Amino acid sequence: MIDTYVIPLIKILFVLNATLIGVTYMVLLERKVIAWVQVRLGPMRVGPHGILQPIADAVKLILKEDITPTRADKWVFTAAPIIVMVPALITFAVIPFGPTVHMFGRDIPLYITDVNVGLLYIVSVASIGVYGIILGGWASNSKFPLLASLRASAQLISYEVAVTMTLVSLIMTAGSLSMVKIVESQYNANLWFIFVQPVAFVLFFIGGLAETNRAPFDMAEAEQELTGGFHTEYSGMRFALFFLAEYANMIVVSAVATTLFLGGWLAPFPNVDWLNFLGVVPGWIWFLLKTFVFLYVFLWVRATLPRYRYDQLMRLGWKVLIPVAIANVIATGIVKVLL
Amino acid sequence: MVLSAVLFMIGVAGVMLRRNIIVIFMSIELILNAVNINLVAFSYQLQNGIGQVFAIFVIAVAAAEAAVGLGIILAFYRNKETINIDEMNLMRW
Amino acid sequence: MGHAIAFYVISAFVLGFAMLVITTKNTVHAVLFLVLNFLAVAALYVLLTAQFLAVIQVLVYAGGIVVLYLFVVMLVNLKRQPEDHSSPQRRPWLGFALSAVVLAQLGAILVWGGYGTPADPHTMQNSDLAVNNVERIGMLLYTDYLIPFEVASMLLLVAMVGAIILAKREL
Repeated sequence: MIDTYVIPLIKILFVLNATLIGVTYMVLLERKVIAWVQVRLGPMRVGPHGILQPIADAVKLILKEDITPTRADKWVFTAAPIIVMVPALITFAVIPFGPTVHMFGRDIPLYITDVNVGLLYIVSVASIGVYGIILGGWASNSKFPLLASLRASAQLISYEVAVTMTLVSLIMTAGSLSMVKIVESQYNANLWFIFVQPVAFVLFFIGGLAETNRAPFDMAEAEQELTGGFHTEYSGMRFALFFLAEYANMIVVSAVATTLFLGGWLAPFPNVDWLNFLGVVPGWIWFLLKTFVFLYVFLWVRATLPRYRYDQLMRLGWKVLIPVAIANVIATGIVKVLL
Repeated sequence: MVLSAVLFMIGVAGVMLRRNIIVIFMSIELILNAVNINLVAFSYQLQNGIGQVFAIFVIAVAAAEAAVGLGIILAFYRNKETINIDEMNLMRW
Repeated sequence: MGHAIAFYVISAFVLGFAMLVITTKNTVHAVLFLVLNFLAVAALYVLLTAQFLAVIQVLVYAGGIVVLYLFVVMLVNLKRQPEDHSSPQRRPWLGFALSAVVLAQLGAILVWGGYGTPADPHTMQNSDLAVNNVERIGMLLYTDYLIPFEVASMLLLVAMVGAIILAKREL
C-alpha cells in the first residue's frame, strides 16, 4: 500500500518542485550566461549577484494585469499555456535519476515509474505540446500570432520526425524502449552511447534545439519576428507560463539526452574495474552534472549563433536531418547484424 | 465491446448528420477508433497479439486516409470557398 | 474491482467526448474534443495492457492526425457556421434510424452471442503479452505479418505523395 501509492506520490512532488524551481532559476542562469558571453555582468541588483532576480520577476508577472483580447475564445486562451506546460512536466515521470538506493529500510528506485515504452512515451508527449502553441496563436484572435503559431508548429512537427528517426537507431543499439533498460545497457556495454552513436547524438541535439524553439531556431518567438510570435497577446502569468514551459522543455531535452547518450546516472566508463572510484559520487549527482552541461550548451549556442530563416530551417529539417537519420538507422542495423 | 458499439454508433450518426465536411471526417476517425477498441479488447481477452498488430495497421491506414482527405478538402476549398457538404456538388449536372 | 471502475470512468470520458465532437457548433472545439477523445482511448489501451498501441495512438493519432485537422481548420478559417440552412434532400431521421439499426444489431450479438466470463485483470496484467508487450508485437510484425507491414509502408508513401500533390498550389 505504501509502496505503490505513497512513495511515488512523494517522488512526484519532489520532482515537480525541483523542476519548477530549476525552471525559475533557468531564467536567471540564461541572462547571466548570455551576459558573460557578451562581456557584461547581467542582473546584479536584486540580492547578491542577482540571485533573487527570478523572485522579483515572478512577483512582477503575477501583479501584472491579465488581459484577454475581446472576441478571443476564453477557454482555449486560458488552456493554451497549460497545454504547453503539462507535457514538459509529465515527461519527468519516466526519466531515471539514479540507481536503486536503500533509504529508510526500503529499496527505493530513483525514478517515478518504469514504463516499458518509456522512450516512445516521451516522444508522444512532446507531440502533444505542439497543441498549446497552435491554440495559443489561434485563440488570440489576431493575424500575427496565428501566422506565427502555424509556422512554429510546422517547425515542431517537422523536427519531430527527424528526432524520432534518430531515436530509432538508438533504440536498436540499446535493445529496449524502457529508459531504465537503456541506462542498464550502457552499464553492460561499459560505454556511454555517445561513443557508439555520435551521429545520433548530434542529430538529437540539433533536433532538440528545434523542438524547444530555442536559438538558432527560435523564429517563432523572437521579438523581432512577426511582432513577438504566438504569445503576443499574452500578458502576466500566462506569458510567464509559456516561457517557463519553454525552459522546462529545455530541461526535459537535456535530461533525455543525458539518459540516452551520456549514461544517465552512470559514472564515465561504467562497470570498468579500475575506474570504480568514480562510483563514490552518487548517481544523481552525475545526472545533475550532465544535465547541467547540456543546459549550458543550450545557452551557449543561443548566445553565439545567429537565427535561421524560416525556409532555411525547414530545408535543414526535411532535406538534411531526416536523410542523415535514416542513413544512421540503416548503418546501425547493418552493424548490429554483422556484430 | 458495448463501448465500441456505442462509439461506432456515435461516429455513424456524426457522419450522417453534420454538414461540415471536417466534422464528417472526424466522425470517420471516431468510427475507426471504435474498431480499434474492439480489436484491442479481443486481443486482451484472448491474449493474442494479432489484435494489437491489426490495430496498428488500422491506425496507419487512418493516417494515410486523413492526409489525403484533408488534401482533397484543401484543394476543393481553394476552388469553391465552401465546406458545406451540400454545396459540394461538382459531379451533379 | 478497481479495474472495472477505471474502465467505466474512462469509457464515460470516451463517449462523452465523442458526443461533444459531433454536436459542437464551433469546429475548433470539435477538434479539441477529438483530441481528448483520443487521449481517453489511449488510457483505455493502457488499461487493457496494450501499452505500445497506447503510445502509438497518442503519437500518431492525437499528435499527428489531429494536428493536421487543426491546420486545415485554421487555413479554411471557419467563422460562420455552415449549418445555417437545411437542404431539402437531407433527411436527418435517416441518420438516426441507421444508427439505431446498427446498435440493435450489435446489442443482439452481445445478448445472444454466448460469451464466456470476463477476464481476470490480475492474471491478464502479468501475462506474457502484457509484460513484454513491445517485444511480442515486434516479433509478430516482423515474422508473421511482414507482408502487410511492407504494404502499409507503401500505402503511407503513396498517401504522402498524393497529399503533397493535392495540396500544391501550382503543379
